[in-house]
Amino acid sequence: MNLLGKLTWAAIPWDSPLPLFASAAAALAILGTLGWVVARGHFPYLWKEWLTSVDHKRIGVMYTVLALVMLLRGFTDALMMRSHQAIALHSNGYLPPEHYNQVFSSHGTIMIFFVAMPFMIGLMNFVVPLQLGIRDVAFPTLNSVGFWLTATGALLVNISLGVGEFSRTGWLPYPPLSELAYSPGVGVDYYLWALQISGAGTLLSGINLTTTILKTRAPGMSLLRMPMFCWTSLASNLLIVAAFPVLTATLAMLILDRYLGFHFFTNDHGGNMMMFMNLIWAWGHPEVYILILPAFGIFSEVVSTFSSKPLFGYRSMVMATMVICVLAFMVWLHHFFTMGAGGDVNAFFGIMTTIIAVPTGVKVFNWMFTMYGGRVRFDVPMLWAIGFIVTFVIGGMTGVILAIPPIDFLLHNSLFLVAHFHNVIIGGVLFGAFAGYHYWFPKAFGFRLHSGWGKAAFWFWLIGFYVAFMPLYVLGFFGMTRRMQHYDVPDWQPWLIVASVGAGLIAIGIGCLIVQLVTSIRDRKELRDPTGDPWEGRTLEWAVPSPPPVFNFAVLPEVSGEEAYWAMKHAVRGGPEPSYGAIELPRNSPTGVVCAFFATVMGFALIWHIWWMAIAGLFGAWATFIVFAWRDHSEEIMGADEVRHTDLGARGQPA
Amino acid sequence: MSDEAPAPAAPGVGVEEQSSVGVQVLGYTVGLAMAVILTAVSFYIVHSPLIWTPGIPMGLVVLAIAQMGVHLIFFLHLSTGPDSANTVLALAFGLLITFLVVAGSLFIMANLNANMPPMGQIMAMQR
Amino acid sequence: MSVATASPDDPHAVGHGPRTEAHGGVASKRIIVGYGFWIFLVSDIIMFAAFFATYAVLSGATAGGPSGKDLFDLQTTAVETGCLLLSSFTCGMATIAAHVRRQGWFQAMMAATFVLGAAFIAIEVHELAGFVGRGAGPDRSAFLSALFALVGCHGVHVTAGLLWLLTMMAQVYAKDFRDDIMRRILCWTLFWHALDIIWVALFTLVYLIGSAA
Repeated sequence: MNLLGKLTWAAIPWDSPLPLFASAAAALAILGTLGWVVARGHFPYLWKEWLTSVDHKRIGVMYTVLALVMLLRGFTDALMMRSHQAIALHSNGYLPPEHYNQVFSSHGTIMIFFVAMPFMIGLMNFVVPLQLGIRDVAFPTLNSVGFWLTATGALLVNISLGVGEFSRTGWLPYPPLSELAYSPGVGVDYYLWALQISGAGTLLSGINLTTTILKTRAPGMSLLRMPMFCWTSLASNLLIVAAFPVLTATLAMLILDRYLGFHFFTNDHGGNMMMFMNLIWAWGHPEVYILILPAFGIFSEVVSTFSSKPLFGYRSMVMATMVICVLAFMVWLHHFFTMGAGGDVNAFFGIMTTIIAVPTGVKVFNWMFTMYGGRVRFDVPMLWAIGFIVTFVIGGMTGVILAIPPIDFLLHNSLFLVAHFHNVIIGGVLFGAFAGYHYWFPKAFGFRLHSGWGKAAFWFWLIGFYVAFMPLYVLGFFGMTRRMQHYDVPDWQPWLIVASVGAGLIAIGIGCLIVQLVTSIRDRKELRDPTGDPWEGRTLEWAVPSPPPVFNFAVLPEVSGEEAYWAMKHAVRGGPEPSYGAIELPRNSPTGVVCAFFATVMGFALIWHIWWMAIAGLFGAWATFIVFAWRDHSEEIMGADEVRHTDLGARGQPA
Repeated sequence: MSDEAPAPAAPGVGVEEQSSVGVQVLGYTVGLAMAVILTAVSFYIVHSPLIWTPGIPMGLVVLAIAQMGVHLIFFLHLSTGPDSANTVLALAFGLLITFLVVAGSLFIMANLNANMPPMGQIMAMQR
Repeated sequence: MSVATASPDDPHAVGHGPRTEAHGGVASKRIIVGYGFWIFLVSDIIMFAAFFATYAVLSGATAGGPSGKDLFDLQTTAVETGCLLLSSFTCGMATIAAHVRRQGWFQAMMAATFVLGAAFIAIEVHELAGFVGRGAGPDRSAFLSALFALVGCHGVHVTAGLLWLLTMMAQVYAKDFRDDIMRRILCWTLFWHALDIIWVALFTLVYLIGSAA
């Protein structure tokens, strides 16, 4: 028996310099950062205050950092694809086919699972408890485990760069291509285990936030007094709870096919690959609403705040959100209209799909009526929101076009589709994430982001997006299909060159975001926000100082209506000192990070068929939970004096 | 779902603390008895001549749903009281999704099978 | 800056609710934990739904191999069902013992539950091993793949439940009926009863209808 399973020296891609150098550089960067942290003696701080933290604010920040780092990785893939296609007329470009296939697969996988998801979950984690007026989420340690499992998935995907290969099947591993017969390598296994592990983390996070919103709210915060972002978070997390088990089951079936010779999706022995498309999209369509609904919530908060008005049509917004939450599960066939279902089935799902445009339209009108008659302030978050409304409406309309089965037969798997979903995911999810990032950054760190660089980033992103993706709509009409490594139609090339210029503009936009972060940290003294309420906010997160103390609210707020903070704003500042009491806080726990270590070991071992190591990893994870379950004190009490001291200190009025 | 009672409950919470041990044991015993009877009927009618043969699957499904109800009420202590509204709603949402996934899959896949030749035949055509 | 709160005569208040609703605030820990676990159970049921849907779609795809009618032995299924139903009852008895803080009764009832659950697993493994021995393993046909995955998924859940059960026995033995341990017992009983409900769906849709058809 081979102790290292399928793992040999041949797994390192010695012959392809690009991934070799990229992974070596990434590994060196990680090791260098770790070495610097240890050498400077920061490791105990990092370990105690961040890695083992169960504070929802810290976990939210870590999710966001993970998303931003992975955005760089995923965007590098995008730049490679765009530049490759710009020169691949009558030639092989510069990426060999098997490498190009890995690039588009990892681009999609990383952008959805390790950029968009952690970004949204991070913002929800940070903001929702603050908006609900409570001290933490329902299950703080579970929250930490969820984050670290997500990070494990991201780590496994990136290990594949230097050890072995990544999947070549696209961001969804369609069988029979992903079956052992056609993908014998470890690429698909990397994909499967990375997603199973991070999917478990996402499910934990979804359970946690659903329970938090439904069961732990400040006194007086009834459901219909919750800020809009809490409502969309509730809908999004309900969808996570309902959809991710389907993904887990589907990927488990593919794993059984690949590892134990089952015949769910194989060509022979009665397997049915179409069942895979059916199940994966039964998860996949709700997934896009899991991503976009929190973004809708962010825009609702931003538009209302920067228009200095309450959100127009709050109840219709709630209704639209919940209708989308249910309809999301009734449209999944539109991802495979061309698979061969009859006209009646296609018609049913086509109609259901166009119906979703109705609640979405309600939302768009509500945002516009919120701005109407308001005093609109064009700060950076508001720019992202306005850019979103215009861009998302275009993306939504191309979506309605694709929802009509006869048109879909022409445009299916063309670049029109690629342009459509980038239009809604960049214009919707990513713009929402950036709006939220600029909006809540001062809350998280106590100083604003530099607005000049923020505006520059916005304009480069917006213009870059249109320059990069409008040509793809045209190319879709020209009949260019997606994922082409080379082509021989000269008419396509000019459009592809324009698209690559657009990608370059987006790269400058990302550069502006990096410069903005660096200069803002450098100038943090000038950008400091001493009030805790830099935007004239209307919801409870602005009632606490920035950055919020560990317990968020020294005294739980009493909510007496919608827009809780707006009503109490003047009472909070300069009022009499509240009567502080002792607070019970969850103790930090290394359970999450240790469990993720064992999950990484187990995932890596399973990918390479190193069975003893997989068993050891599973046992380690189980033992971690037993140790956690055995601890005697899960909370610590912060005395009233310390609460008073911390709270006044955070408010800049030392006791 | 806007209004909530002041003390919202979770499944299995609160029932036991209020009643005596005897009453609780009786609850579980009644549940067990009903479950056993329903199970026995299910196993009996499978090959029983008493029921019109094509109706047997439907009868079995009805019995299974009844038994799940018994388990939910007597073992999981799910009630329709206002205090467990959130719990029942969560379950209802889950059952709706379960129904959509199962029924949707059957609807789609049956239609595909009717419209396309079996997989083996497609593979044979491509050779 | 105008202070625009949502009052009835405010034109900006279109679509906003009255200001009189009451809400009690953060729920107790026991309720939060119970509800969170309930949400997990809902998600678990949906995962089973995916396996059930696959089984329903693939149940005819026997690829010339044996069908359910050829394989299933309803007597075995009946014994398995009996084990699980009784274990749900003993699990309920353990809950009651925990509520009245009777360590001895609790341990005895949990042990009984463990024996019944382990018997269920043993019979199930024996049955599935028998299928494999007759050349009807999961690699024989898509139908058998779906069958083994569905039954196996439930079996893995029961096995995990048994491990959890032993952990709870040890915890109660070591630390008595502490509040947090009582919350874990609550979650475990919910888990155990939910597995019983899934088994009801499983024996009806797979075994009974499979051998009737």
